[in-house]
Amino acid sequence: MTTLSVKTVFRLGLMVGIFITLFNTGCVKKEGATSGASSNIASGNEILVGEYGSMTGSESTFGVSTHKGILMALDEVNKAGGVNGKKLVLKSYDDQGQAAEAVTIITKLISQDKVSLILGEVASSRSIAAGAIAQQYKIPMVSPSSTNPKVTQVGDYIFRVCFIDPFQGSVMARFAINNLKLKRAAVFRDIKADYSVGLANFFVEEYKKMGGEIVADVSYASGDMDFKSQLTSIKGKNPDVLFIPGYYTEVGLVARQARELGLKAVLLGGDGWDSEKLTEIGGDAVVGGYFSNHYSHEDQSPVVQNFVAQFKSRYGEIPSGLAAQGYDAAMVAVGAMKRASELSPKAFREAIAQTKNFQGVTGMITINEERNAVKPAVVLKVVGRQKFSYITTINP
Amino acid sequence: MLQAFLQNIINGMAQGSVYALVALGYTMVYGVLQFINFAHSDIFMLGAFGGFFLAKWLSPFISNPLILLMAVVIGSMAFCVAVGLTIERIAYRPLRTAPRLNVLITAIGVSLFLENFGQIIFGADPQVFPSLISTHSLLEGEGLVLNNIQLTVVVVSVLLMLILHWIVRHTKLGIAMRAVSFDIEVANLMGIPTDTIILFTFTIGSSLAGAASILYGLSYPKIEPLLGMMIGLKAFVAAVFGGIGSIMGAAVGGIVLGLAESFTVYYVSSTFRDAIAFGILILILLFRPAGLFGTFRREKV
Repeated sequence: MTTLSVKTVFRLGLMVGIFITLFNTGCVKKEGATSGASSNIASGNEILVGEYGSMTGSESTFGVSTHKGILMALDEVNKAGGVNGKKLVLKSYDDQGQAAEAVTIITKLISQDKVSLILGEVASSRSIAAGAIAQQYKIPMVSPSSTNPKVTQVGDYIFRVCFIDPFQGSVMARFAINNLKLKRAAVFRDIKADYSVGLANFFVEEYKKMGGEIVADVSYASGDMDFKSQLTSIKGKNPDVLFIPGYYTEVGLVARQARELGLKAVLLGGDGWDSEKLTEIGGDAVVGGYFSNHYSHEDQSPVVQNFVAQFKSRYGEIPSGLAAQGYDAAMVAVGAMKRASELSPKAFREAIAQTKNFQGVTGMITINEERNAVKPAVVLKVVGRQKFSYITTINP
Repeated sequence: MLQAFLQNIINGMAQGSVYALVALGYTMVYGVLQFINFAHSDIFMLGAFGGFFLAKWLSPFISNPLILLMAVVIGSMAFCVAVGLTIERIAYRPLRTAPRLNVLITAIGVSLFLENFGQIIFGADPQVFPSLISTHSLLEGEGLVLNNIQLTVVVVSVLLMLILHWIVRHTKLGIAMRAVSFDIEVANLMGIPTDTIILFTFTIGSSLAGAASILYGLSYPKIEPLLGMMIGLKAFVAAVFGGIGSIMGAAVGGIVLGLAESFTVYYVSSTFRDAIAFGILILILLFRPAGLFGTFRREKV
């Protein structure tokens, strides 16, 4: 009975196979026709706006912050009389931080809820996946914070109100060389995220162009827990700065393990660091690091301070950059709706494309021909637990 | 180069001992019941969350970090035992005479249930495991770093494995376990209370998972309900590698897998980490299905 035969073990192997497959198969539902989803905005007193984001999952603070910003913007507009007398109604769904889920949800927003404009996502990989659907149905989509260049290359209905990776990557390269005067950099990229790879590539390009040296360029995959082997190899190269353009969950662990291994380089990153969880996970290890972001709540300009005060009184917390981006995305969209020749997705698209010098919370926004926003970036320093202080603004 | 090599050994050992502790749970249940308890990885996950909440509740009352750590480890082990025994009683015992395949499918079902249940209760958002003891470096020579947490992980793991070895080899309970593993029906005829022995097996396996989960939480302070999935699979590979059913095999398999991963990432690329782990599984199944230490009929517990 207890003999372990070859056959038994093979059967076990098969079981493991099934087990793995069970967990890794995401199902993508395809529904609706390929085109011609009409929106019922002409009739009725409402304009439906769709939103999809990661309300749960490992990047949930991104989705939740953005959602708060969007909600506040739309409420403000509705209180002031809406768009041409019509109320804005937000349809918001959770994509659990999964690209496959984002695709399902955006299809649902378009073909079932019949929204006439969509806001989302934060993560570039999900914006690219879902953007293809928005483009297919010709419903304008405005991403608040996806910085990978490919996002708006999906098609002419896809916009964003943030700067793109080349800019963010080069901002940190310029900051490292001009402000910190550090010329030996190591790059530690998340090969599973378009965002991270994009930032890393442009950092490397700009850094070399400015006379810096890239001493190591290694990778991890989001979801990894142990980074010690890669960090050991980075440590051997003795860099001055370590650029980790990842998301906060991994960055926190990377920073912690880097310090444990005695790696003393200054840590740099992008807006993926922007979460209160960064210091919760990373502890003191991330303190002293710098990252580029869309805005700083310490910025003393009245637009920013007004926004911060309102957000605080509504949610009892200081808005993160992602909340400000969400707010701006919604406001740019609303501004376009008001200017649009008629209330149709097509007219909204035309109007968004013509956005010029729009004063947003995150700076002056102009949409260029590639449907990207041209605007400045700020560099923040992690100074303590959940405390980021404003260092400088870098213009395009 | 030598430093980097040694550093990788340290890193790999720390990671591998956690695999080994979890692998022991797989291997012991397999030894006695001849099925893979897939829910074991989720018991590990629940242990981490148990420790997380326990640390939260206890930290205002206990100021000494060492006592707090002990309390959390023991509490988490106890919690895991409770979960493990409940699963055995509800899901596995009624299927004792059913074909093994049914039990295996049930195990997968229990595993899926626990993962989704975890997502509902704890939320899918990762939680930060509290650092119960502060990290400090014990050895910081020329580029070589060993910190107290890594050392704790390895020492505690080895200690637990030695205790387990002693139980299996030198106690009446251990003899009974080996007898049940050898032939459950004959053991029953000889007057061994097989159900009780099986419960003990689950107790030991689950408590090791509980201890492993705290050691894991200390090293990588990010816990989430799907935490057990990857570790469970890796530990399973370790158990098969060492020879499923063999305690020695699970221990060695875990350490070897940890080292293999560490070296792969360092000398090849992080992209190949999982490929190596599962590549090992395939090779073992092809060339030595019984694993390193698993010979037919030899010492299965």
